[in-house]
Amino acid sequence: MLDKELRSMIDKVAGGKMDRRAFIQRMAAIGLTAPVANQILALGGVAMAEGASTYKPTKRGGGGALKLLWWQGPTLLNPHFATGTKDQDGSRLFYEPLACWDPDGNMKLVLAAEIPSIQNGGLAADGKSVTWKLKPGVKWHDGKPFTADDVVFNWEYASDPATSALTIGTFRDIVVEKIDDLTVRIVFNKPTPFWADAFVGAPNAIIPKHLFADYKGAKSREAPNNLSPVGTGPYKFVEFKPGDLVRGVLNPDYHMPNRPYFDTLEMKGGGDAVSAARAVIQTGEYDFGYNIQVEDDVLLRLEKGGKGKAVYAVGGDTEFVALNFTDPNTEVDGERSSMKTKHPLFSDPAVRKALSLLVDRESVKKAIYGRAGRTTANFLNGPEKFVSKNTTWEFSIEKASKILDDAGWKPGADGIREKDGKKLKLLYQTSINGPRQKTQAIVKQACQKAGIDVELKSVVATVFFSSDVGNPDTYPKFYADMEMFQIPMSQPDPAQHMRRYISSEVATKENKWQGRNFPRWVNKEYDATIEAAEGEMDPVKRAALYIKANDLLIQDVVFIPVQHRLKVEAAANNLQCIISGWANETDNLFDWYREA
Amino acid sequence: MSQYVLRRLLIAIPSLLGISLVLFIVLAMAPGDPFSELTTNPNVPPEVAAALRAKFGMDDPIYLRYLHWLSAMAHGDWGFSFVSRMDVDTLILQRLPATLYVIGSAQILALLIAIPVGVYAATKPYSLFDQIANTLAFVGFSLPTFFTGILFILIFSVTLDWLPFVYSTDIKATGIRWVLEMIRQAIMPVAVLGLFQAASMTRFVRSAMLDVIRLDYVTTARAKGLGQAKVIVKHVMRNAMIPVVTLIALQMPAVFGGAIVTEQIFRIPGIGSLLISSILANDTPVVMAVTFVFACLVVLFNLIADVLYGWLDPRISLR
Repeated sequence: MLDKELRSMIDKVAGGKMDRRAFIQRMAAIGLTAPVANQILALGGVAMAEGASTYKPTKRGGGGALKLLWWQGPTLLNPHFATGTKDQDGSRLFYEPLACWDPDGNMKLVLAAEIPSIQNGGLAADGKSVTWKLKPGVKWHDGKPFTADDVVFNWEYASDPATSALTIGTFRDIVVEKIDDLTVRIVFNKPTPFWADAFVGAPNAIIPKHLFADYKGAKSREAPNNLSPVGTGPYKFVEFKPGDLVRGVLNPDYHMPNRPYFDTLEMKGGGDAVSAARAVIQTGEYDFGYNIQVEDDVLLRLEKGGKGKAVYAVGGDTEFVALNFTDPNTEVDGERSSMKTKHPLFSDPAVRKALSLLVDRESVKKAIYGRAGRTTANFLNGPEKFVSKNTTWEFSIEKASKILDDAGWKPGADGIREKDGKKLKLLYQTSINGPRQKTQAIVKQACQKAGIDVELKSVVATVFFSSDVGNPDTYPKFYADMEMFQIPMSQPDPAQHMRRYISSEVATKENKWQGRNFPRWVNKEYDATIEAAEGEMDPVKRAALYIKANDLLIQDVVFIPVQHRLKVEAAANNLQCIISGWANETDNLFDWYREA
Repeated sequence: MSQYVLRRLLIAIPSLLGISLVLFIVLAMAPGDPFSELTTNPNVPPEVAAALRAKFGMDDPIYLRYLHWLSAMAHGDWGFSFVSRMDVDTLILQRLPATLYVIGSAQILALLIAIPVGVYAATKPYSLFDQIANTLAFVGFSLPTFFTGILFILIFSVTLDWLPFVYSTDIKATGIRWVLEMIRQAIMPVAVLGLFQAASMTRFVRSAMLDVIRLDYVTTARAKGLGQAKVIVKHVMRNAMIPVVTLIALQMPAVFGGAIVTEQIFRIPGIGSLLISSILANDTPVVMAVTFVFACLVVLFNLIADVLYGWLDPRISLR
């Protein structure tokens, strides 16, 4: 649909007739994230932009101490074992990837000498390989040189199943070759439009071969350096107490000029988000607090006369309500929500349509998320305003009622609609979480007015998000009619995110509910679209395919998107911190400084 | 006496085994697993999560896992944390100093308040002092520490800006300044916990004293013409302290176990906060180790209290 338009736009950028920024903004408008837009340009023959640096200090050090407050402190410091962002954040203080993402989704060089492009020969035109040139003269904190061997080793290390690295998904389907000491080539087994996964961003920071070579495979847990990192980063490791404290000092041999600014670094863990916000914004005891999931009113109150402020970064996280396409109340062969059943109420598309009209996203934003949320009609959200031309959302109890009336759902004596003896009664579950439970209440109220009876349920997060096969309350089992949460979009590319909902990913008893398609929605067109997108090397066509996939999810009301959520951080007023919605909080730490 | 101690010791072993078995089963049956976060991470294939489970022995039957744990524990191997892949004993030892310092100071503070106040209140029952002390004690143990903790933070950190409310294990100072900083940052948590403990202990001391003060031998002592102070300190307190000492002995494990709520509020990296974060992360080996150590301490101090009783009152150990 957009092929021609996109193609001509790329040509315009290549010919210098269109500004790169304008291109990215247009891509955002059709639902593509900035990193993806940049990659499209790269594959279309336009070299990828390098993120502009806003770093001002003219000498290394002298910035005093930087005090970071992580309300969940890192528990280990090896990026390959990192569970969750807290560990990636901690590892990233010392280890570095080849490149990271800036707030606009541009690539920023860290250990790489240049961004691969078709022009510089780094990027193969068929998308089956990418060649990275490494920065010369980079040293590990112990003085050993950083070379291509280290990069290749990280691939060997992580792709070995016995290592049990959590980064295996990134590495197992690729081959990494050493060309020379400062050049590596990544070979993909199929055309890979998103080639900047391996070795890019905090989750893929590189560990030194000379300290980990003996601990590849089954002995991975025994490496002494799992707890005392020796990296290439701006700060050298000093001390680590899991969950409590990570300390570092300035690395005098750092490979970037005039960096880092701070002399020492401290990351303190523990406590809760509200008091973290207080310690940064109100009392100024700390300089920066991450992931401040606090109601906006509270933040606004703390900001009054305080020493810090809330900082926002736009990523692609979407809070959604998912509908169950199977029947959670009927057991077939010992399995509820079995693929052999159909949801008695949601099999009528009118009910799903009506429900999507009953989610008042504007009220949820106003009452709960404030500055940290944006209303959205899409499941796949970009970094800027995501306004897919094909989707819209609306809140209207009248329209919902009319749809239900027309479909034959008539209010019974108790005011609850029914049809063929089936009552519109729904069970709506989520994890125990203030904003989520408040959203539930808002949705329930609207449903009641439209004659739908909604029972609310909330499950402890540790159970809800677990893979415990024995527990009926996990989200993949989905023993409810609707459920609400958010799946973090960990990569600035939709491939992984959208693949979850293909038919073969359905979570069933057979695969121990490890499948990722928990709504158990089966749609051949979606499968074909994703299949086509993954094999599609033409970036323009690929983009159009993911937009189509998003639209299919929305048209069929598999998901009712509630909010596009931003990352919220707390920072001292004079701290110049660079936060990207596409990266970890500590990913751009080398560019942080304090304004005098 | 020695036979009595031996008997007590022999009873302690099966109770510890029983406790560990119950703990293990409860933890094994609790929902969630340490790799739950992996299920929402699209980058981690389900096979990897499954392989990790298998590698860490989580798919073995419970009895096998228990026997494995027991034999490792008997060899002094506490296992390693699934979450930080670090040895559990290192992890606990890292946390112990902060706990001992803060919770220990709080206990001492509690004793320093409770004993004099309780004793004095008991000597003048229903006097103005007694009534004020009683009222304050009731208020004290009715207010939970999470409430007083936040109240203290709001008053002393936010409004007055006198004290820090984030406990730091990494104070950048040496010598006397380091000591002062250590004291400064412990004031609030110690006060919160200490006052809470003092409140209930005051009531206990007071009633123990009142029980004794009415006994005939006290009246006799007074009749002999002994001064009030001597009667109270030498005759009443000594006897009244027997149950108080027991109570304190039984509270000792709490000093090692930390105070979960207070540690959480002030970000004290102690055993309590380790326990709560391990429970939240389903880090079974750590939870198991911490709770088991706690159980051992309870049994040990029970034993000490029993022995102490036997020594104070020989009738108990003879039977």
